[in-house]
Amino acid sequence: MSGVMEWERNAVADEQRGNFSGNASGAHVVREGELDLSHNVILYLDDITVSFDGFRALNGLSLAIDAGELRCIIGPNGAGKTTMMDVITGKTRPDSGKAFFGQTIDLTRLTEPQIAHAGIGRKFQKPTVFEQHSAFENLELAMKADKRVRRTLFAQLFDDDRDRIAEVLVQIGLAHEADRPAGLLSHGQKQWLEIGMLLMQEPKLLLLDEPVAGMTDDETARTAELFVSLAGKHSLVVVEHDMAFVEALGGKVTVLCEGSVLAEGELAEVQDDPRVIEVYLGR
Amino acid sequence: MRTPLTLRILRSTPRAGWIALAIFAAVAWICVPVAHAVLPEGHALHLSAYIVSLLGKILCYMVVAVAMDLIWGYAGILSLGHGLFFALGGYAFGMYLMRQIGRDGSYGADLPDFMVFLDWKELPWYWAGSDSFLWSLFLVVAAPGLVAFVFGWFAFRSRIKGVYFSIITQALTYAAMLLFFRNETGFGGNNGFTDFKRILGYAITSPGMRATLFALSAALLVATLVIGRYLVASRFGRVLAAIRDAESRVMFIGYNPLHYKLFVWTLSAVLCGLAGALYVPQVGIINPSEMSPATSIEIAVWVAVGGRGTLVGAVLGAGIVNLAKSWFTVSFPEYWPFFLGFLFIAVTLYLPDGVVGLWRRLGARRAVVPAAVEGVKPATGPCGEPAPAQSEFEPIAKGAQA
Repeated sequence: MSGVMEWERNAVADEQRGNFSGNASGAHVVREGELDLSHNVILYLDDITVSFDGFRALNGLSLAIDAGELRCIIGPNGAGKTTMMDVITGKTRPDSGKAFFGQTIDLTRLTEPQIAHAGIGRKFQKPTVFEQHSAFENLELAMKADKRVRRTLFAQLFDDDRDRIAEVLVQIGLAHEADRPAGLLSHGQKQWLEIGMLLMQEPKLLLLDEPVAGMTDDETARTAELFVSLAGKHSLVVVEHDMAFVEALGGKVTVLCEGSVLAEGELAEVQDDPRVIEVYLGR
Repeated sequence: MRTPLTLRILRSTPRAGWIALAIFAAVAWICVPVAHAVLPEGHALHLSAYIVSLLGKILCYMVVAVAMDLIWGYAGILSLGHGLFFALGGYAFGMYLMRQIGRDGSYGADLPDFMVFLDWKELPWYWAGSDSFLWSLFLVVAAPGLVAFVFGWFAFRSRIKGVYFSIITQALTYAAMLLFFRNETGFGGNNGFTDFKRILGYAITSPGMRATLFALSAALLVATLVIGRYLVASRFGRVLAAIRDAESRVMFIGYNPLHYKLFVWTLSAVLCGLAGALYVPQVGIINPSEMSPATSIEIAVWVAVGGRGTLVGAVLGAGIVNLAKSWFTVSFPEYWPFFLGFLFIAVTLYLPDGVVGLWRRLGARRAVVPAAVEGVKPATGPCGEPAPAQSEFEPIAKGAQA
């Protein structure tokens, strides 16, 4: 196991050339590159602006997600939801504004794999799983581990790993499908498997883009249960159009419109907001 | 608790596979050498030099086919230039064989005949050390390995995939063939190397040497299969197959496909090189035609006929096609290319999973009939290839129910 730790240490050093600070000021010790949740905020976006050829996809967007929170993002098409995800995961660089993961990790300076390594997992709309591999093997491959060739050649599954995979299989409701090739799973099950693959990477923050698209009502309800059970241990940001699903999640809702936050609050509050009704729900 | 590597290698091949390997090894290491070198000519069980060389040659082809299956069947990379690596290994060892001729060549000179013919006065610099057996063994591994590594590094880094990759490998082997055809390149031009006399001082045509080369070829095949089985049954193998099926997803969960492809690509080339080195003394010649595009395409045909992604299929395919070839080229020499083309089309259309796929389909049909012949172990080939993913390793079920 020491190899894994060494690798992680190296990776962190690569990202941040690790240094220690904060002792002099008498505050808590902060190690750069490690997620610092001392103010209970896991994601902090401030005045983010992104333009593509003059079109402002994000326009002064500010948003804060608390640690352990389950937040839904809704908004009409073109409101900037996907662009926001792109900024958080490092796929798109903002023209201006700040994006922090915890107190210390500046997302605008990290590359995509570094951000993934720091603990932000993203699920895209279309599920992609390894169809020839069983659900178990899909989770095994996604598992947090040293993923270089030399280690993978001699990697083996320890009991801890098996327990962890079994735990996630139960979480995503696929305990009885462990040995089935992923290609034979239903669409909804594939979505769950992909969420499971995210969970195996032990992210602190999960970004989920339309996770219930194409699911049956029953599957949607079970997904909502899954997300609610994940909240607390993980922080979740869910982009979704399905209002019944948003309601079932029961968390705070942020309405985006034309690249900035239009309203924020409980779903019922938001739904009563006349501006929201005008741009989105009323239509 | 870590399981020792030997135990994991042992587990990576099912019991039936080990039994098949053991039987094969017994035949190849005891029966064939005895039948060829010990039994007198004229004895009913005596194997002629022709047969032993032919079988030894086919064993080398089988190694190449397994190496091909590792990259094509598991990593999804179709190489149409694997003949190059085979030939490089052959040439590397051929240099040693040429030097072992000594002064017994037609010109009775210190230099190989073709150099005397070209009026060269001394060996080119890259022939330095070629009289050393160990140095040539090193070259057998290093030459194909290095070419594959450098080529693979650039090709995979540029994310060249699919048919583009195949075409480039084809061009690579063709370019190498043209290079080796030139007399100035210093490898005997279009005649290549031949007229070998000795290895380590022992006559190359002696029954003992033939039997030894045959046994070594068999050992290489066994080693290739064991390494191959370990690789594809390990997490490494699962990553390879995942790269084949959804490469971007693999990157997204933190693996670097470049390193994985490069490793298996280089390993495959090295195995081909070793096979080439054993092939050359058994057939007694190496020339640039081994690098012709058609030769490399034939390798892909062997694997397709046997069944991709099964390893044992590659062995069967190489055996079937080459035995058919030796029979055809003797009985109806002019029809062999047509037969090969027909075979490829027929397999692509009707047997997409090759002979192993056919065997499994028949096995599955037999399994439907209750209490089918149990001992024949349906749905697995002689090497015990697991049919679908679930039988790959049993702890899955254990873990899932925990």
